[in-house]
Amino acid sequence: VGLRQGIKLGLPVGVVVATIGVSFGVLATGAGWSGVQAIVASLVIYSGSGQFALLAVLASGGTALAAIGAATLVQARYLPMGVAVAASLRGGPARRAAESQVLVDASWAFAHKGDGTFDREVLIGSSLPQYVGWVLGTCAGVLVGDVLPDSESIGLDVIFPAFFLALLLGELRRARGPLAAGLAALITIALIPVAPAGVPVVAAGLAALIGVRRR
Amino acid sequence: VIWGVVVALAAINAAFKAIGPALLGGRRLPPRAAAVFALLAPALLTALVITQLANGPIERVAGVAVAGVAALARVPLILALVLGALTAALLRA
Repeated sequence: VGLRQGIKLGLPVGVVVATIGVSFGVLATGAGWSGVQAIVASLVIYSGSGQFALLAVLASGGTALAAIGAATLVQARYLPMGVAVAASLRGGPARRAAESQVLVDASWAFAHKGDGTFDREVLIGSSLPQYVGWVLGTCAGVLVGDVLPDSESIGLDVIFPAFFLALLLGELRRARGPLAAGLAALITIALIPVAPAGVPVVAAGLAALIGVRRR
Repeated sequence: VIWGVVVALAAINAAFKAIGPALLGGRRLPPRAAAVFALLAPALLTALVITQLANGPIERVAGVAVAGVAALARVPLILALVLGALTAALLRA
């Protein structure tokens, strides 16, 4: 039941993810990647932010090491997110590690129950349409090129930040949510001008440490 | 080079996600740790919103604001997102 609910939640997100996948396929092949390389990247990495970071650094003449470094920083938020969901998964350590691979921002936020625990079925269910959308979108981008109108002209760049904002508004209703969000905002704004991409998000996670204090 | 970075990032990405679950297993979290993870959601979501708006085009900021107001007014999520995208699209038309 939870799985079906998760898939339902994830479907509209999957559609948006597919359009971003199309732009990844188009940009990657435009930057000299083979179609197979672009599609395999989406299959095995399954992360828009990480893959775009790779592309951007390589396309601007950066070394392989610089590209991996930048993408690693962008991905580092999955470490605390993974620690957070650990107890909500099922089975032994190996099975939990395998289940954790479905983790992406949107599913993680959908699955949060508000008390630090997560709904495993919603996490997995809402990831499925996003994975399918991401891979199929990349295939479309590689095979047919730019099938979409310019994504910014139809406002698609609004969807992800707006989606995260809507989920954030729900989190703000909980005790100490506004305080954690306010601290995170200060950290992010202070670091954006000076730190490489990805670092501000991970550092903002430190704001959650106010939870250590008893109320 | 491309195959190398793709494989490397896939491994790093999988490791980031797996380390917590592999090391902690199913251990129940002490209440203080649970409180920290509960607050990780507002903290990370705030940072994701800000990083995607900072240096972004003003039309995106306007669209996200409209979607945010719609969400506050309890408009269903999908509709709120469509309203936000529509706002940006119209401003750019």
